[in-house]
This record gives sequence, structure tokens and C-alpha cells, in this order.
Amino acid sequence: MIKPTTASPAPGRAPGEARTALLFIAPAMIGYLAFLVWPTLRGVYLSFTSFDLLSAEKWVGLDNYRRLVNDPVFWDSLGVTLHYVVVNIGVQTVVALLIAVLMHRLTSSTVLRGVVLAPYLVSNVVAGIVWLWILDTQLGVGNEIIEWLGFERIAFFGDASWAIPTIALVNVWRHVGYTALLIFAGLQSIPPTVYEAGRVDGASEWRMFRSITIPLLRPILSLVLIITIIGSFQVFDTVSVTTDGKPANATNVLQLYVYDLAFDRLQFGYASAISVALMLVLTAITVFQYRLMRAGRSDLG
Amino acid sequence: MTHAGTGSEPETREAPGAGKRERRPLSWGRVLAWAAMAVITLITLFPFYWMLRTALSTNTALAQAPASALPVDFSFGGFLRVFGLQSTKEALAEGGSGGSLEFWRYLANSVLVATIVTFCQVFFAAMAAYAFARLRWRGRDAVFGFVLGGLMIPAVFTLLPNFVLIKEAGLVDSLFGIATPMVFMTMPFAVFFLRQFFLGISREVEEAALIDGAGRIRVFFRLILPMSTAPIATLSILTYITAWNEYFWPLMVSYSGSSRVLTVALSIFRAQTPQTGTDWAGLMAATFVAALPMVLLFALLAKRIVNSIGFSGIK
Repeated sequence: MIKPTTASPAPGRAPGEARTALLFIAPAMIGYLAFLVWPTLRGVYLSFTSFDLLSAEKWVGLDNYRRLVNDPVFWDSLGVTLHYVVVNIGVQTVVALLIAVLMHRLTSSTVLRGVVLAPYLVSNVVAGIVWLWILDTQLGVGNEIIEWLGFERIAFFGDASWAIPTIALVNVWRHVGYTALLIFAGLQSIPPTVYEAGRVDGASEWRMFRSITIPLLRPILSLVLIITIIGSFQVFDTVSVTTDGKPANATNVLQLYVYDLAFDRLQFGYASAISVALMLVLTAITVFQYRLMRAGRSDLG
Repeated sequence: MTHAGTGSEPETREAPGAGKRERRPLSWGRVLAWAAMAVITLITLFPFYWMLRTALSTNTALAQAPASALPVDFSFGGFLRVFGLQSTKEALAEGGSGGSLEFWRYLANSVLVATIVTFCQVFFAAMAAYAFARLRWRGRDAVFGFVLGGLMIPAVFTLLPNFVLIKEAGLVDSLFGIATPMVFMTMPFAVFFLRQFFLGISREVEEAALIDGAGRIRVFFRLILPMSTAPIATLSILTYITAWNEYFWPLMVSYSGSSRVLTVALSIFRAQTPQTGTDWAGLMAATFVAALPMVLLFALLAKRIVNSIGFSGIK
């Protein structure tokens, strides 16, 4: 994902600078080791124990993982999370691409870009509560409009089949502007001459979108996809303040299950095992996407 | 809901190079495109308006006109409840729950956490980035690669072990316990981001200063930092927004009002209001005041934030 630019030549010549360098990297490195590297290793270790936060941890080998494989709640919540990710990413990518292309072809107004970014500034908690109100079954203006249009009111957060798509759309509302601006930045790096050439050849807007925009955008699209997929697998805030797993576990996403196991039932060991499983899934996705992205690059030549 | 006047906008705002294909003012494609943009803008902004509209209504009156575009039975009651300026009796009369929000305290906590996190993260990252970009030392590239590896760790994976760590350190339920790990959770990206910029700073100026006898530390503070205000400001804003909006981690660590930040306070306030007869006016007033600081920050710095998104995304 990252291509570091090559730094200054031949490190290791001036010994006097090593001490200064140590001084400069020390605060960041100590914190990095203490709050990122060590917790990662420890999380893996805890997943092999029966740690309950109150007494010392006991090594239990693969017990937690065996339990995980046979735990229907885990598989359910993995399914719920996947459902969420698919709806969220699908809608978000399409809408973000639409917004980015519209902005690119219509205007470069900073005001408009500011407007689409506005929801990104509020927390997931605020976004969740506001939409909970707008989509309220009895008093929500969303349902008033639905009824006015001649449809039945929908219990967006209370109905098992609606809850996950609704939460996914709330998060699309909050994040789509950010994603759109990332794609927009990618669009601006496409030289306008390509489009002019297309126009001379009499290509339609749709044709240019398919044959110029999409292929040239593929690297940045894959990058955006990796970032958003990894982010959306970790969904927690919005679910926690709106449905909190209800109705009947229909919105029990993985993070909610982990939180419940750790803080309500004090099963830190088992909760850690689920976190490890989630990390493996995310790593697999990243590696897979990275491969795809590379393929996309070489395609273009 | 109508989107009157959207069709006329292309005339006032025409991006250079766009729309050369069709010079007719009323190309259907462009009208449609602007209409789509208008719908998107409307959906984007509507919740903000609805928050304010509801917050300025009286809770008991809301039920009578759920679709009214203007506040129903205009009142500042919702805001008064949030700020704890309304007596319990008055609150109950207006359909409040009697639950309150020590708003100023939580606001102060949020400001403190976000400020500490932003200042420390950006400052430490700048120091490290300088060492990785400009100093020569053995093992530099390997150590940098090791730091970049941190980008691969999903934030959420470290939360449980970090909680255990903070608990062992006796820092649970303290602002320090909330802020410290947050300084480092996104550190790899910050280091990478600033290093990219430092690599581009001209070497001559730096070397001239070194020849004049200035030490590396002096060069860093007097030369590199002042020359890098733009990327440092960009990174600071993004870090501040992220820290301000963080919910999961503060929820884990905070148990009492002393360390409660706004996001957590808001979700507790929401949970306090009963399922039957939710105090929507009060709740919307609370979400509005919780969102306001970032909206104001945005209003001040909109241009920089907007332009920085593309910059930060191209990693």
C-alpha cells in the first residue's frame, strides 16, 4: 500500500547523528512499542488464555478457538457484519464515485466539497442519534414522507430485516463525502487532454466514464476500497447508540459481541480470540486487494 | 421537496474545460447532473437542519406536527436542559426525562483529550519523521519499515490489550488514560505523512544553518518546523477531528463524569431517555451542541480541510 520515497543516501556514515536520531525517535518509538506493538503481541497471547481481568491469566491452548468455531453467536455476528460491510461498501463506493464524477465534470467549487464533507465532522454517535430520530416509526419525518407517498411506515431500526441496511446507510451518510473527496483527488490527476481527445473522437460522457475514468481510477479506487472495507469491518459506534444488537441479535456485529464478552461477561480471553480472527480476516482482505491493485497498475502500463 | 433553480446553476459556476461538448445552456445531461447534485446536497445537509429544528421545539408539541418544517411551539427548553439550566420540574413538564448532561464538564474533557492527543501525536511524529527523513544513522530504513508495519494493525485489535494495560497502570477512568494510547494509535500514519513532506524540503538551507554552527535540534525547531506549518496544520486538523469523534476507546476506559467525553456522555444521555416518550427536543439539542465545535472549526478552516483530504488520501 505504501511506497516510501527513497531518503538521503548512505545512512550510517556520520556516527554523531545516531545519538540525535535516537533522541528524535524516542518518544514516538516508545509509544509505538507500548501501545501498538506490545498490545498486538499481547492480544494474540491473551487469545490462548482464560483471562477474566480479575485473576491472573491461565493458558488454555486452543480452547478459545475451538469454542469460536462452535459458537453460533460468533458465526451469526460474522454474518451480520458481512451483511453490513457489503451494503455499506456497495452503496458508499457507488455514491462516492457518483459524487466525485459529478463534481469533477460540473464544478471545482470548494463550497460544494465542503458541503459533502460536513457529515464527516460529526461523530458516529451524533449521526446515529439524528437518524434514529429522522427514521423514528411514530414521529420521524422520514416515515411521515413515506406515509405521504402512500407507503406503510417502516420500523427502520426495529425491524430485523431493515436494521442492518439502515445502519449501513447512516454510516454511508457520514463517510461518503470523505470517500468522494479521495476519489475526486484521483480524478484530478487524470490529464484533461485525455477527455479532450475523447470528445474529439465523439465519445459520449458515459463512454468516457467507462473507457477513461474507471480504468485510470483503478489504483486509487482499490486503495479507497481497502481503507473503507477495513474501516467498516470495525463498525461499533453507530450500532451501539441505535439498536445495540437488537432486535434479537439482528444487529449484533462482531465488535459489539467482543465488547459484550469482554466488559459484560469478563471473558477477555475469548474476546481476544475473536479479535484475532477479525484481524486475520482483515489481513487476508488487504493482501488480496493489494494483489488486485498491483494487477490493475500493470494493466495500465 | 423541490429543487427549484438547480438548472440555472451551470451558468454561474462553470468549471474550466467542462461542458465544452455542449454549449447549449439547457443540456439535459447537465440539468440532470445538477439535479442529482442538489439531491445529494439536500440529503447531506437535511439532518443538520432537522437537529436544530427539533431542538428548538417543545417536546410535547412535537407529536402534533412531526413533519412541520419549522420548530413546533418554539422553545429553548431543549438547550436549557442540556446545559442544566432547567429545573427537573420544568424539564418534566416539557417532556424531558429529568436526566441531565454536565455539558461544560464533558466539553472540557473532550477539548482536553483532543488537544493533548493532537499536540503530542503531531509533535512526536514530526521529531521522528525528521530523524527518518534527514538524519543519517545505521538501521534507519529498517526501523522506518518497522514503524510502517503499524499501519497494518487494525486499530480495533489493540483496544482490548490496551485496556488491560491502562488498567494495570491504574489509569482507568482518567483523562490521561484515555489520551495516552490515542496519541500513538495512528502514529505510523502521522510519521509517514510528515516524512513525505520533510523529504521535499530543500537541503541547502539546512546545510547552511549547520555550517553556521547550529545543532540538529536547533535546525529542527528554528527551520524545519516553521517551514512545515502547512502539512503540520493539515495533520493536526485531521487528528483533532478523529480524536474528538472517538467513541469506542473512551467508552471502555471511562466510568464516571470525571473522565467522560462528549461522545460517551451523549450516548449515555440517549440511553437515559425512556423508550416511551423519548425527549427528542433535549436529545437533538444535545447532539447539536456536541456537533457544534467541529462545525465551527470547519467553518473557520473549511478550505484547508477540504484540500487536505486528497493530500492525506494519496499515501
